[in-house]
Amino acid sequence: MPSYLFWLFSTIMLIGGAAVIAFRNPVSSALSMVTCFVGLAGLFIGLSAFFVGIIQILVYTGAVMVLFLFIIMLLDLKDEEKRARGFAPLAAGLALVVAFVVQLVGILSQSADKTAPDLDKQTLTNAAAQFPKDSKIAEALTDGRLPDIHLIGHTLFTQYNLPLQLLGVLLLVATIGVVTLSKRQAD
Amino acid sequence: MAVVKLQRPQLKLGEKIYFGALVKGFILTLGHAIRSLRGKSVGAKDLESSGLGVTMQFPEQRWDSHLPDYYRGAPALVTDEQGRERCVSCQLCEFICPPKAIRITPGEIPSDDPWAKVEKRPKEFEIDMIRCIYCGMCEEVCPEQAIYLRKDYLITGLKRADMLHDKKKLYEIGGVRTGLVNKWNELK
Amino acid sequence: MPELIFQLAIILTKIVTLTFIVVLPLVPLSVYFERRFSAIIQDRVGPNRVGIPLSLLGFKKDFHMFGLVQPMADGLKLFLKEDFTPAHVRKAFYWLAPALTVVPALITVCVVPFGSPISIFGHAEKLVIADIDAGPLFVFAVSSLTVYGITLAGWSSNSKFPFIGGVRSTAQMISYEISLGLSIIPVLLYFGDLNLSKIVQHQADNGWLLLPFWKDGKIGLPDLQTAMFWIPAFIAFLIFTVSIFAETNRMPFDLPECETELVGGYHTEYSSMKFALFFMGEYAAMVIGSALIITLFLGGWSVGFGLDQYISQLHIGSFHFGGLIHMGCFLTKLLAFILFFILVRWTVPRFRYDQLMKLGWVIFFEAALINVFLAALIIAAPSLSTPIIAAGAILLAVVTGAIIWVAKVSEDQPKPLRA
Repeated sequence: MPSYLFWLFSTIMLIGGAAVIAFRNPVSSALSMVTCFVGLAGLFIGLSAFFVGIIQILVYTGAVMVLFLFIIMLLDLKDEEKRARGFAPLAAGLALVVAFVVQLVGILSQSADKTAPDLDKQTLTNAAAQFPKDSKIAEALTDGRLPDIHLIGHTLFTQYNLPLQLLGVLLLVATIGVVTLSKRQAD
Repeated sequence: MAVVKLQRPQLKLGEKIYFGALVKGFILTLGHAIRSLRGKSVGAKDLESSGLGVTMQFPEQRWDSHLPDYYRGAPALVTDEQGRERCVSCQLCEFICPPKAIRITPGEIPSDDPWAKVEKRPKEFEIDMIRCIYCGMCEEVCPEQAIYLRKDYLITGLKRADMLHDKKKLYEIGGVRTGLVNKWNELK
Repeated sequence: MPELIFQLAIILTKIVTLTFIVVLPLVPLSVYFERRFSAIIQDRVGPNRVGIPLSLLGFKKDFHMFGLVQPMADGLKLFLKEDFTPAHVRKAFYWLAPALTVVPALITVCVVPFGSPISIFGHAEKLVIADIDAGPLFVFAVSSLTVYGITLAGWSSNSKFPFIGGVRSTAQMISYEISLGLSIIPVLLYFGDLNLSKIVQHQADNGWLLLPFWKDGKIGLPDLQTAMFWIPAFIAFLIFTVSIFAETNRMPFDLPECETELVGGYHTEYSSMKFALFFMGEYAAMVIGSALIITLFLGGWSVGFGLDQYISQLHIGSFHFGGLIHMGCFLTKLLAFILFFILVRWTVPRFRYDQLMKLGWVIFFEAALINVFLAALIIAAPSLSTPIIAAGAILLAVVTGAIIWVAKVSEDQPKPLRA
């Protein structure tokens, strides 16, 4: 990823993130959050993780934040713009930030300082040896492309098969639960 | 008031699936489209269509020959077969005109004129065609059979002044009308 | 460095050519087709006069060109109209909303393959702006941003009807995105790839998904598996097409801007070019939607009948121009599909909002889900033993029956009116 793209997208992200708390209007804040997510997706795509980046936009920006916005618009939040800022929330926020920074520094100081290998043709071809010869993944890798979607699918359905199935069941249970709860309320 | 209970019709499976009705609809609309492209829409012949749908395309094709006798187009002044202006500038039309589109400046007929006994004729007669609503009241109120609504409907102009029909223009549109009652003629 | 500049120049040329010279003119063109086709359906003539006014320049006759210049005249009119901003709107969002509807629709152009590669002096160039490995997902992701434009337009207008329109469109688009995403999973399973160029290439070689009647340049009947896969493919096609209609707010589902109930819907308070941008966004979304349907189900740029190989090899000197023929084929299919969109608009009456939601959540969602398992069973069948296939089929039938039963039971019974 060219570094100027990294700086561009991280600036977008940081501005978006700062704007979320700086704006008093909830809709502006929600839209800043969307900006932040788009910047994050840009960063993912820059790291050749197309799938993750696109899903980031599809799920968070395209669905979750739309629902947020939907709710915010339905509530009349005019008082929110006028409320004075108290000291307590500010202090709590700062404390959270400090805690997060301490944690980050702690983790970063313990992990080894090494660069990830470049995704050049040689690395990819070497990686192809781990997969069956005629599979699509191996083909793409020997071509010098990163088949990120196929790789994610492969990992999910081999290494994390059981957790994936469990998650599916969990989501199904949640869906059925929501349907039952909302149906009962209607009567 | 009696309550009428409406029973919604029970749909059969085929109707519930909806696709049959959809296909029927496509056949209907496409049928219209094809017929209209071939110039064979229902009524295309009676309406003298241009060959596309049932529409007549205006500046090239006109409906003039089909206009009914009672068609109310632009009002105009007429002269009779003796070449006399019918209007005696009684100003009844000016008073009755609902949008006040008519303005008449009466004038006297000089005593050496053969029709001197009529006494008056309009010096100027203006109809503002922007105001005119083609109601035909002027025609009905006229005691002299002088003003008629003609079949002219293309009253256009580039300026407001173009839309102001003066006496000359009105006589030009009206022309000569025969078979009117000539009450000013000498008794024989 | 010259290499980089050359690359950038090619990318820029592609963006300008494909987005602004190929796709953007399709928007006014589809407006023109909409008006002419609807007129013909209703036994009228439609706009057939506006052309090049040669008589203004002293020539005897105008050149009317079947009224093809009409959309340009309309656009000019909208440019020259007063751009009125009501006093009660929230300005920043009010200005942002039209841009947010048009831009995503145009961004999605970048993954659509317009034709097979053309090459000149041995340098091959694909007729697609960004050949990424997540084509359909990219289109869904970016087009899901359109909903912000509509929602914000509704909310920032600060008046009742636009707001209801915005809320309706949000709910509608989120609901149909689910069936949209689920319905193409069988297709993606079949192709085993998310790269639209490769999907189209596969269809060019092995027959279109909905017309699998040729393979490797020879016309013939498909093998059993491909023939069986036609069923889930067709179901997917139906669900996907209808969902695209709902996503683009086209006629049977244009609840967000339904005139009889909401005046003009979310763009009631807009005028001049801002209104035109909403209009453009809607038609651009329609163009992209048709392009996606054609790419996934109807062979994209492929001419079909096993002619593609031959066309790709056509050349004058070192200039292989087969890609341009393929692009023409793609645009022809696109126009045909846009005409289909228009035909549907003037045929099918508008749905009620609860019917729309029921169709999306109760019918299409379940149907798409079952379709995924059906497709998976058919694709995996050759590597499974007969008892397992039979068990799978029975299980599928049972689940389908159960879902239909649940849908039938949970259907609202009409309550008798109390006098």
